[in-house]
Amino acid sequence: MLKIEKLFVAYGGIQALRGIDLEVPDGKIVTLIGANGAGKSTTLRTISGLVKAGSGSIQWNGKELLGQSIDKIVEQGIALSPEGRRVFADMTVLENLKIGAYLRKDKAQIEKDIQWIYELFPRLKERSWQLAGTLSGGEQQMLAVGRALMSRPRLLMLDEPSLGLAPLVVQDIFKIIQQINRQGMTVLLVEQNANMALKIADLAYVMETGRITLQGTGRELLANEKVKEAYLGKHAK
Amino acid sequence: MESILPYLINGVSVGGQFALIAIGYTLVYGILRLINFAHGDVFMVAGLVMVYTTTAMPFYIALPLVCIATVALGFVIERVAYRPLRTAPRMSLMISAIGVSYLIQNLAFYITGGVAQPVVNPIPWISDNITLFGQSTKRVTLVTPLLTILLVAALVYLINHTKMGMAMRAAARDFETAQLMGIKINSVISMTFVIGSFLAAVGAMLFFTNSPSVTITSGSMPGLKAFVAAVFGGIGSIPGAVVGAFIIGLCEELIKGLGYTTFSDAFTFALLIAVLCVKPTGLFGEKVTDKV
Repeated sequence: MLKIEKLFVAYGGIQALRGIDLEVPDGKIVTLIGANGAGKSTTLRTISGLVKAGSGSIQWNGKELLGQSIDKIVEQGIALSPEGRRVFADMTVLENLKIGAYLRKDKAQIEKDIQWIYELFPRLKERSWQLAGTLSGGEQQMLAVGRALMSRPRLLMLDEPSLGLAPLVVQDIFKIIQQINRQGMTVLLVEQNANMALKIADLAYVMETGRITLQGTGRELLANEKVKEAYLGKHAK
Repeated sequence: MESILPYLINGVSVGGQFALIAIGYTLVYGILRLINFAHGDVFMVAGLVMVYTTTAMPFYIALPLVCIATVALGFVIERVAYRPLRTAPRMSLMISAIGVSYLIQNLAFYITGGVAQPVVNPIPWISDNITLFGQSTKRVTLVTPLLTILLVAALVYLINHTKMGMAMRAAARDFETAQLMGIKINSVISMTFVIGSFLAAVGAMLFFTNSPSVTITSGSMPGLKAFVAAVFGGIGSIPGAVVGAFIIGLCEELIKGLGYTTFSDAFTFALLIAVLCVKPTGLFGEKVTDKV
């Protein structure tokens, strides 16, 4: 379980996170929704060690993550699929998957996991030898998720997996997120597409300007008037 | 016409030496987007170390020592002068590199007293004279291009087929995402300096075998020309640096062969200006793409 307490993060003079408390229980899908600049990505980036925190604590199964190097955090089973996919464009699909397993040494199991990713995303198997830069946006997103899974994480963090994708592709990706979760993976999902995210989430947090302003189960927040008004649009019912 | 042949052979040899230096520029640029101005001076230090060690001890100890000392120097430079500036603007990094370059030259001045250190005990076998197409030359002229190609092949293999190489390619493309894969970015950067310095050490041993002495500015000209070669080939690209170096080496020697020795240096820099005007990304340079 991941437990964040009173986390403060500042970039230069700007306070990006103003004391957030958040919990991600094992085996659940937890989503973080909110507007642009609310601090959602910063939260994920701080967990993975890319951003240094000002104060607070991030406990992973009782161990403090703050102050640890990025590779140590990956080693402990936390993977981030970053915003904008960021696949290695001049490497093949297969190489991208292999680099996801960079810290692992169990070669035979890595081969099996590549097959597992190919089962999850058959499109990637077809494009195994293609350069990642030539894939469509949806395929790149699948690759980014697959690459993150290749480290065999216990917590998979996804930053805006729906960004810039067609609605049907987004549905596919969300189905696979649920499927991975049913196989036992804990998921922390940051989304602007609040509707989709809340529908699959066990727990949800709403962020506004560096603070968590609402929390509840996905269903509760879907029904919440404030959430409806601010994040789901008038027509979402 | 047959008199041009020795110049061609010489050109390939000079090109090989430039290539070994140019790779150091291009590797570091590929990862840090930094023109490592100190690289030519690292090359010079390798020459000095060679002069001192080969007069004091047998070659089988001296030559590995040259490699080790040069690699250590490259490693330390990165550690002390570049790593603390990892998040600083790129301009600071560049100024630091210029500072390191002068620092090394001044240290070398202090040690040598500013006197040219003669290569009194050049590496045996490769400094033997041989006759090639009726012309007398040193064996190093033949050895250089062969050794260069061998080392480049090894490097290309390392980059394309090993885990470390994969990490280097990932880091060159996207620092942050590479780190998210668990890649230790600092080790990757250290590794590029180690490889670059090692190749510069080999280049220096070949270069100074053919040269009467080592002075504190001996690294400037070969360094600059190797840099031009790297830009010409497309900075960041290893094949580019190698091809660029061979072309520049060949052209310079051909110009000498045609009797215009005075213009051979000018040609190289004119080429740099022309490349920057016409095709700034060089022969094999990657198109500038936004990392989004």
